[in-house]
Amino acid sequence: MNYILESLAQIFGRKPTRPSKEQISDAAQVIHFEKKQHKLTQEELDAARQAHAKQSNKWLKRRWITLIVVNLLFVVSYYFDVQLLEGALTASRFVGFHMADLNSALQVMLAYKHLVLNLVIGTVTIFVLWLLLGGRTFCSWVCPYHLLSEWAERLHLWLVGKRIIKGRSFHRGVRFIFYIIFALLALLTGYTVFETISPTGILSRAMIYGPGLGLLWVAALLLFEVFVSRRAWCRYVCPIGITYGVVGVISPLRIKYNLKDCHHEGDCRKACLVPHVLDLTIKGRVQDVEMDVSADCTRCGMCVDICPTGSLKFEIKGLSKLL
Amino acid sequence: MSKSGDTTKRRPSAKRRQESRREFLRSTALVAGVMTVSLFGYYPVAQGVSLRLRPPGAIKTADDEQEFLASCIKCGQCVQTCPVEAIKLADLADGFAIGTPYIDAREQACDFSCDGLQCVLACPTGSLTHDLDYPADSRMGFARLDKPSTCLAVQGKGFKGITRGAQFNGKLRFDEIDRWNPIQLKEHPFDLEICDLCVRLCPIEIRIAQCDAGKPPSNDPNQCPPKHAITLEPIEDSDGLQRMRPVIQEGCVGCGVCEMVCPVEPTAIVIDIDKVTEMV
Repeated sequence: MNYILESLAQIFGRKPTRPSKEQISDAAQVIHFEKKQHKLTQEELDAARQAHAKQSNKWLKRRWITLIVVNLLFVVSYYFDVQLLEGALTASRFVGFHMADLNSALQVMLAYKHLVLNLVIGTVTIFVLWLLLGGRTFCSWVCPYHLLSEWAERLHLWLVGKRIIKGRSFHRGVRFIFYIIFALLALLTGYTVFETISPTGILSRAMIYGPGLGLLWVAALLLFEVFVSRRAWCRYVCPIGITYGVVGVISPLRIKYNLKDCHHEGDCRKACLVPHVLDLTIKGRVQDVEMDVSADCTRCGMCVDICPTGSLKFEIKGLSKLL
Repeated sequence: MSKSGDTTKRRPSAKRRQESRREFLRSTALVAGVMTVSLFGYYPVAQGVSLRLRPPGAIKTADDEQEFLASCIKCGQCVQTCPVEAIKLADLADGFAIGTPYIDAREQACDFSCDGLQCVLACPTGSLTHDLDYPADSRMGFARLDKPSTCLAVQGKGFKGITRGAQFNGKLRFDEIDRWNPIQLKEHPFDLEICDLCVRLCPIEIRIAQCDAGKPPSNDPNQCPPKHAITLEPIEDSDGLQRMRPVIQEGCVGCGVCEMVCPVEPTAIVIDIDKVTEMV
């Protein structure tokens, strides 16, 4: 229950709470205390990083391959007319079976105010799929904009590192405000306003049906992310992230944090698209020895890759215990 | 650790307060900026720029396609099923109508060569309504003889050769050549005493002729259109020349084949996208 409420609060933009001493379990308190007594030196931290450096992009590779393969399936399916995955990311059919992106379907339902059976089937299918797979997993494992944005992010961080530009942040709560505005616009005007500027839809269609002017908007977003604000679209605007985030709240696929070996050096938070979900890795923060990262997490696995101590791991709630 | 946390909660430093005020302003600007950009999408819709010939079954009234734009999920599954590739997706210039399917009839019209209205069946949201079963049930628009003076039939002229020229890539299904595969118009030259391409190639008229010959499409009598779409009528004239005029009939569904095949430039016959057009 706590996990659900905390996840929802984070998705809607609240800062993760700092627990009071009473909320922290005894076992966790013991570890927090021990860590306070024995501080790690910079050399020890560097050594741990060095030792881990070689094996640190397993999940990145898997994710990029998945993302590219899924999007290529759409392209190849149409190009060679094999009817494997027809349509685009907004709605499609996988070997004839309907699938509908939850956010696009929601926008259409709000705007059109009628339910068609095919759309219901597609929406339920995708809901169950991402419920099993983690919700915002869609963002980092499927969304084509995510990949471009990741490359833009690298450029942005390089520019910031060289002190050529200064990164700006926004309040995370604005994403929820956008969500409400776009939902209301669809409901009141009857136009799916968000689809007009959704880089996910624009990119997906551009790959499958050929490029268009919409790509200029995507390019503008990427430039904004390179020169102004890191991952701005995904972090502060995109309603798709909220929709799938809410689905992920009850998903068994999560990232699990283990306090024991954590060095609290914060490399995971630097790599993360949504670093607030990793606030529990800050020294003295976590309430229990083991805790799940909130559902705003996109399950991209960057933190799993980068963690030198194996303190962050993928887990399937319930199943991991059985295995 | 917890102590410093408490102090920040009680009284943030001046610098932090300033930073949070700036963040608030930036965030407000972000909301205003993104919303402005997205609402620009209304402009082409309001101006009617986005009004286009839509695939069969598109839900819209004569002067408003708001419902169609609302219900379309912009996935392009209709595009993928069309055997003559008549359907295209609108671009960002169409604003809110981005990603919605349309047909540029002069480039490639819908010739119903799929027979079963595949685009309608493919539509996951009912934006192309499943209420129609046969080509003759649809009403995408309405044909109109826009420039009677340039029409070859009106001038009493015939037509010989390839209509639309060798550069044109438009396709049509000719039942007598290949029932299943549409061919390019340039592979099918004509030699007509009086030009009647718009009537001869009209998918509705072709179906009516097949039914009259006792061979309805797919052997399904339901495929037979109840009303004529276009006929060639003689014109009373004093100069002794035999002149004819294509007359649009009630059964026209607005598929656009007549506009596509019209040999004169610019086309003499066009499709109006209003579904209800007063009969001339």
